[in-house]
Amino acid sequence: MLPTSLEEALSALAEYGSEAKVLAGGQSLIPLMSLRLAQPGVLVDLNGLGALSGIEANGSGVRIGAMTRHRAAERSEVLAERVPLMAEAMPLIGHAAIRSRGTIGGSLSHADPAAELPAVALATEATLIARSLRGGERTIPASEFFEGYFTTVLAEDEILCAVEVPAAPPSTGFCVTEVARRHGDFALVGVTAAVTIDQGLVTRARIALINVAERPVRAEQAEAALVGAKPEAAAWAEAAAVASSEIDPSGDLHATPAYRRKVAGVCVRRALETAARRAGGGR
Amino acid sequence: MTLGEAVDVALTVNGSRREAQVEVRRTLADFLREDLGLTGTHLGCEHGVCGACTVILDGEPVRSCLMFAVQARDATVTTIEGLAVEGVMNDLQEAMRESHGFQCGFCTPGFLMQITAMLAENPNPSEAEIRDALSGNICRCTGYESIVNGVLRTIGAPVPESHPS
Repeated sequence: MLPTSLEEALSALAEYGSEAKVLAGGQSLIPLMSLRLAQPGVLVDLNGLGALSGIEANGSGVRIGAMTRHRAAERSEVLAERVPLMAEAMPLIGHAAIRSRGTIGGSLSHADPAAELPAVALATEATLIARSLRGGERTIPASEFFEGYFTTVLAEDEILCAVEVPAAPPSTGFCVTEVARRHGDFALVGVTAAVTIDQGLVTRARIALINVAERPVRAEQAEAALVGAKPEAAAWAEAAAVASSEIDPSGDLHATPAYRRKVAGVCVRRALETAARRAGGGR
Repeated sequence: MTLGEAVDVALTVNGSRREAQVEVRRTLADFLREDLGLTGTHLGCEHGVCGACTVILDGEPVRSCLMFAVQARDATVTTIEGLAVEGVMNDLQEAMRESHGFQCGFCTPGFLMQITAMLAENPNPSEAEIRDALSGNICRCTGYESIVNGVLRTIGAPVPESHPS
């Protein structure tokens, strides 16, 4: 189906239910279809819905339309200025030709635990806005959006329409870092971090980890351990150790649980160090 | 509309207006190859990993295996067949030949389209930028050095001596 309005798309989903899949950028769904891992009877293509794309200032944060392409986000000055963490993550997503088609809303709804954007949404405490014909608009905090492997709280008849990212407090620095076997591959382990420093002390930390669980997770104990700490090497090392012990990664062909745990700690330390430097105006 | 249903698709390919009836489930890659006879676009993995099927859609490099032909309605598409001008290879094609930038040639169309899109956006990339832009294209023959050299040669940048070719 090629709807030309959101209402039309929502009606199609209401009508076809579990038989239907929403087609956004198609950079994950079409490979799954090629491999016959997904065989939807009906595709509801959102590419005709121009109103779902675009990045605009929203209060002191931003609102990003779900159909905004990765490439558009990568080039957006508003995003670079207001949500530097997401801007930094963009070039890590797939490859240039994937980002030409891939969308922000698609990445979030696909909810691959190895993907960058879900962790960015967690670390920035973003809010996701979904609609259905049945329930109208619903706002979902990122912390409640991801349920498990490729699973979100979105209902079969709901479409993710936008994501709103609030502005971070002043003197907040960000960093995303990951370890992948090759550039552009999904991360074996990754970390997105935000550190706020006020009067020489860490006042707030957000750490979200990529690919250490069946969904992106916050390292809340490590975050808590940082509050009130002096922004220096010992604090990052301590937080890294806490983060590494509070996760329970699984193993696969590419990395054992022990390796993931070790690398997660290293990534946390590096991300915090860099984020703190940036909070102070450094690079 | 069902997946097997044919719909009218009109688009511009390599400067020519093309119209065809196409099943909605047909990928852009299959449409280019099977319906338009443009077999220069190669299909390697058919699930978006190898980059061989890369074409330029409205100025952006895309995997033609990861979109449906019907989604390219009214778009402007450039394929490998659109690079040569009146049968004469363009600068990039010449430079790639000079550098031995391909061996079996299977990945070459995808590389050249990706490089063309990169140079349109950034006419003077560094070697690191070239490698980054080409990171989504897989070549099993060359080891990439000669491909990177081909791009450097195209833009008139010095080709490092330590590199072969």
